[in-house]
Amino acid sequence: MALSEARIVEIEDKARAIRETILEMLVAAGSGHTAGPLGMADIFASFYFHILNHDPQNPELPERDRLILSNGHIVPVRYAAMAHAGYFPVEECLTLRKFGSRLQGHPERTRLPGLETTSGPLGSGLGQAAGIAYGARMDKKRFRTYVAMSDGEQDAGNIWESAMFAGNNKLSNLTAVIDRNNIQINGMTEDVMPVENLRAKYEAFNWHVLEVDGHNIKQFCDAVDEAKAIYEKPTVIIAHTIPGKGVKEIEFDYKWHGKPPTKDEAKKFLNELRTMGGKIESEHQ
Amino acid sequence: MLNPDAKLAANTFDKPEQAPTRDGLGKGLLELGESNPNVVAVCADLAESTRILPFKEKYPARYIEAGVAEQNLATIASGLANYGKIPFIASYATFSPGRNNEQIRTTISINNVAVKIAGSHAGLSVGPDGATHQALEDIALMRVQPNMTVLSPCDAEEARKATLAAAAHPGPVYLRFGREKTPVMTTAETPFEFGKASVVWQQADRRKNPDVAVFATGPLLYNALMAAKEVEAEVSCVVVNIHTIKPLDEAAVVAWAKKAGAVVTVEEHQIAGGLGGAIAEVLARQCPVPMEFIGVHDRFGQSGTPEELLKHYRMDVPNIVDIMKTAKKRKVH
Repeated sequence: MALSEARIVEIEDKARAIRETILEMLVAAGSGHTAGPLGMADIFASFYFHILNHDPQNPELPERDRLILSNGHIVPVRYAAMAHAGYFPVEECLTLRKFGSRLQGHPERTRLPGLETTSGPLGSGLGQAAGIAYGARMDKKRFRTYVAMSDGEQDAGNIWESAMFAGNNKLSNLTAVIDRNNIQINGMTEDVMPVENLRAKYEAFNWHVLEVDGHNIKQFCDAVDEAKAIYEKPTVIIAHTIPGKGVKEIEFDYKWHGKPPTKDEAKKFLNELRTMGGKIESEHQ
Repeated sequence: MLNPDAKLAANTFDKPEQAPTRDGLGKGLLELGESNPNVVAVCADLAESTRILPFKEKYPARYIEAGVAEQNLATIASGLANYGKIPFIASYATFSPGRNNEQIRTTISINNVAVKIAGSHAGLSVGPDGATHQALEDIALMRVQPNMTVLSPCDAEEARKATLAAAAHPGPVYLRFGREKTPVMTTAETPFEFGKASVVWQQADRRKNPDVAVFATGPLLYNALMAAKEVEAEVSCVVVNIHTIKPLDEAAVVAWAKKAGAVVTVEEHQIAGGLGGAIAEVLARQCPVPMEFIGVHDRFGQSGTPEELLKHYRMDVPNIVDIMKTAKKRKVH
């Protein structure tokens, strides 16, 4: 589906709402990850409000596209996107990480319909997505399987086992997205355990590789469309993002990987987001 | 005497047929290939030795090769099951559920998807390959995961039935198989009920309680039977086949422990966390009685013939006989 300017603005507005909800839920939870969820808000808004064939009222719809979240710690962005898409009330986001909540600290498939898988321990989402895509192809199903991974996660051996499997099996119904935000818990990815050259690595594993600005909704959606047209290989979209995108104090600071804002910080950050309105868009545009 | 209701092979004590339990996996899968189109096999470069090969040859489109990549073996199977397939994943038990334990925990057990994990070459009787290939921890690893079911068949025929039962079960299942040829005691007529213990040997005088209740799992059930027969004049035993270690048939375990007043467990596995541990956990709460454990006592295996190893680790018939006598002596009269 072609993306009109008006549609892009709508998705950007959803991304802003998702960012607000992320900050609100993290403050309420008192723990959790901030930088990753904020950085992936544009991509999750694109998935839930443009890319996915899904029905929030019927999360088990057999023909739905599957979106697998491999790096489960950024799940606040998924919860927020799902809530805004109508899977459950936005207020429920404030139960994140609390006793009895369906919104576990790391996502659990059996607790909340629509999550698709359980994740948190890094490196296992690509294999699960490949398994779903393989099964779907066996039965000639038309739906697509997407998987969102982190860049730090590329350290994990399981990722490369699964990348080899998907490449060798030419799983063209599988599209992976790597959140290339250059941070992981111990610091910058290229200091902790360099993952480059990601493009060359995936190409060597028989993947079609695209690189986009992960905050440019049109670029990202176009890349997803291109992946649909590649019939010989799975596609990986390396999405260059800014961790903490939308909040100047958080952007690019790896120390925000695994902590929530305080109440006062959140108040300030929320004001910043709200005054930006729909203006969170690529600096490369 | 053999329990007639168990309908064991007539030649159980006279040169019974010999076959490895992994053969039962192969046969069961072939039957499933015919009866259930959702069953697929995923293998980590061990199709022949795990006995997946006949399924692969007959149903090539339903065979998926993972290569030597057990973490991926578990995760793609999770995805396949999540989508709606019934994947059997096959490797050696030291690798799966050994190497990929976390992937099984997160993507299969917490995810609660219907992956069937077939761990072959379990136990000491792998023999010459040595400690690295002798899985002695797999039951423990799988038993502690919520949602997981654990099946440990005693012979090739029971392994075939266990394979069919695993496919019919809606959740994740671990199936334990051995490499070596072992006696085939059970027959097609032997009842196999998922989650139910079955008595294969009972005391000669059924009006009296047995001296000792023996709970055995896997091919060592045969050694337990041989020992019960040999010691019959001195110790009257009931020998119970525990093919389903989880969920454990607690009612049967408690009932026999109560009647006998002493218990012996028999398994080719570490004592910690295995069948012996599982039964001790139940009896400590519900019917504490003297217990003896036949199994591996916190050591790794080593190279040798299966016979040499079973003797060295005190799992052969003479050692089981001795331990049955010890258990009887420990009873509080």
